[in-house]
Amino acid sequence: MTTSRTIAVAMSGGVDSSTVAAMLRAEGHNVVGLTMQLWNQRRLAGHEGMPESAQGRCCSLDDVYDARRVAETIGIPYYVINHEDRFERDVVRPFVEQYLSGRTPIPCSLCNNHLKFDQLLIVAQQIGADALATGHYARVEFDEQLGRWLLKRPADRSKDQTYFLFGLTQDQLSRTLFPLGEMTKPEVRQRARRHGLALAEKPDSQEICFVPGGDYKNFLDAYLAEQGEALPDTAGELVTSRGEVVGEHAGIHNFTVGQRKGLGIATGSPLYVIQIKGDTGQVVVGKQDELYSRTLRTHRVNLIALENLTEPMRVAVRIRHRHQAASALIERAGDDEILVSFDEPQRAITPGQAAVFYDGDVVIGGGWIA
Amino acid sequence: MRRVYLDNNATTPVLPAVLEAMQAYFAEHFGNASSIHHHGQETRAAVERARQSVAALLGCRASEVVFTSGGTEGDNLAIFGLVRSGPVQRGTARAGDHVISSTIEHHAVLSSCKQLESSGCEVTYVPVDGQGRVDPDDVRRALRPNTRLITIMMANNETGVLQPVEEIGKVAAQADVYFHTDAVQVAGKVPIDVKRLGCDLLSISGHKMNAPQGVGALYVRKGTILRPMLYGGSHERSRRAGTENVPGIVALGRAAELAREVFAHGDLERMAGLRDRMEQTILDEVDATGVNGAGSLRVPNTSSIYFDGIEGEALVIALDLKGLAVSTGAACSSGAIEPSHVLTAMGLSPERARGSLRFSLGKQNTAEDVEFALALVPSTVARLRELSPIYNKQAVSR
Repeated sequence: MTTSRTIAVAMSGGVDSSTVAAMLRAEGHNVVGLTMQLWNQRRLAGHEGMPESAQGRCCSLDDVYDARRVAETIGIPYYVINHEDRFERDVVRPFVEQYLSGRTPIPCSLCNNHLKFDQLLIVAQQIGADALATGHYARVEFDEQLGRWLLKRPADRSKDQTYFLFGLTQDQLSRTLFPLGEMTKPEVRQRARRHGLALAEKPDSQEICFVPGGDYKNFLDAYLAEQGEALPDTAGELVTSRGEVVGEHAGIHNFTVGQRKGLGIATGSPLYVIQIKGDTGQVVVGKQDELYSRTLRTHRVNLIALENLTEPMRVAVRIRHRHQAASALIERAGDDEILVSFDEPQRAITPGQAAVFYDGDVVIGGGWIA
Repeated sequence: MRRVYLDNNATTPVLPAVLEAMQAYFAEHFGNASSIHHHGQETRAAVERARQSVAALLGCRASEVVFTSGGTEGDNLAIFGLVRSGPVQRGTARAGDHVISSTIEHHAVLSSCKQLESSGCEVTYVPVDGQGRVDPDDVRRALRPNTRLITIMMANNETGVLQPVEEIGKVAAQADVYFHTDAVQVAGKVPIDVKRLGCDLLSISGHKMNAPQGVGALYVRKGTILRPMLYGGSHERSRRAGTENVPGIVALGRAAELAREVFAHGDLERMAGLRDRMEQTILDEVDATGVNGAGSLRVPNTSSIYFDGIEGEALVIALDLKGLAVSTGAACSSGAIEPSHVLTAMGLSPERARGSLRFSLGKQNTAEDVEFALALVPSTVARLRELSPIYNKQAVSR
């Protein structure tokens, strides 16, 4: 990057994206800072179980304030763009519906697919930027031989965010920069300090940005109450895998596959949630070993390193963020479906999460676990 | 980079003559206008001269002018000052009081009305037609025996559409109901005569008429009993406690004088000419556009234009990066833009409201400034549309 380009930076008000903006600016690019206003934290304030005031991590006024101060410090234009409607439609609603149908959603991936690398990328292009840079820990590069843009794991494996980025298309990747891909988090903080950014020591955000305190059940209650919708009655039976009824539960949204606590049944050996049946409202419980299975199906597949999966391929598959990638064979099982067969059974394969395929550092693609 | 500022409805630059007038009141004539001594007398005289100038701009007596911190305070003082004080000295908001306002008010009025509603008052928001105008008959029909106040703006900040305030004033007078009008977007753009308008209260803001931010005035018709919002000393005839912002007040007075000179010199016709040329050229050169409120009388500096198939937000940013400052909608606390309640109240679809831009000229703007805008807007709109998934879909379906 020796020539000066116009680059939009998606700024969240955190250390990572702020440092990206400062680095690109220092390299002499025309940098434009953009923050998406996605969720009004005040909306659900005061509902039961929700904080009185807006103290959510993301999209809070504090974060916008921080991003604005960084922009001012490094001397770049900065704008806040309102995408609250899109965010509610494409991220919050599906998040709620997934839980209510017994699945465990990943809103961050939906946000990446529908907001950051879609809406924001369009705005970036519209305002004359050649590319959009973000503070994700990942690498993107063009492979001459394949003639394709590749998404790769970052140098700092502990911060690897490729799991959330499997949905990026070739077009999106071609316009995206991940300047932190070669850096470690301590190095990023070091750079932030060197650029005089006041937020260099700001703690990392951990939880889902629109769910304060990370309590999604309170969020579902508060959101549905705000919408004037009743929480659907999804109460039902707790059953064993042999169909034996061992108890009752108050609603399937209270469960995640692999969960042990809060089942409300006392038995000799610990019981886990094995499966959630959205259609019958049954929650299947069983022993630890029943949590393991060898295959899964993914749908709404996005392939990055391949145009198409024509024959079975050996890959490593992650079935949740921070999951240790496990060897598997992937093969096409339908138009938009891929069958994953692991060498070793995997614990708690969870519908609603993503299965992301890796070949070494390279993200082959991924899909949603059916 | 050359920068052209066409967002004068948001704020205006302080004119050099105004700056010069106020400068002496920071360090040189710094006295507290309430003080007995020479220093106090100096600033007291300056404050009262400014009051005369503002009174001359509004067509009222000096004693009817209350200096405030700006338009928002004026609106709040008018609304809470009247509705909280019942006909017989009552302490708090009286459940049952009724207020008439409109759907296109500035948030300074709308949020005040919401606050009244939450404390037990009732508020009727009369609608506007497709040209952004309130119908005085709607105001008349909204009257109730317990109606205490009508508060309807004189010109809208987003469209510039002038409201039929004279007729509303007559409705108010007939019904013997107090009438307040927010004239923030009118002062300095169109002559104001409170006697002709028949209003009891009228708020203006300094920074919309080339005085600095942080000063404004509220006309309070003689005999109107207003409950103060701030308690303290007996400043402003006990209607607004707090040591006067003397430099700001002096500036507002000077700006009021200059505004009257502008009216006398026909500069407003020049501004209207620039605005009309800009509008017409954009309409000629860009497809699928229109002027919001074009069928109404408007203040001479404002133009609200919709561009189908684009997000106004992106257009504002793209233009700003090229040196042209315009705006869209109302910015919320984060600085992001919410869909305009004014444009949706006029019947625009949310998409069209979001695709609308406001151009507002100021006294400092020249024909070259307008040319600069015209060189940028059509090409930038074309670029945005090219990249817009919405516009392309529309084009395909046509």
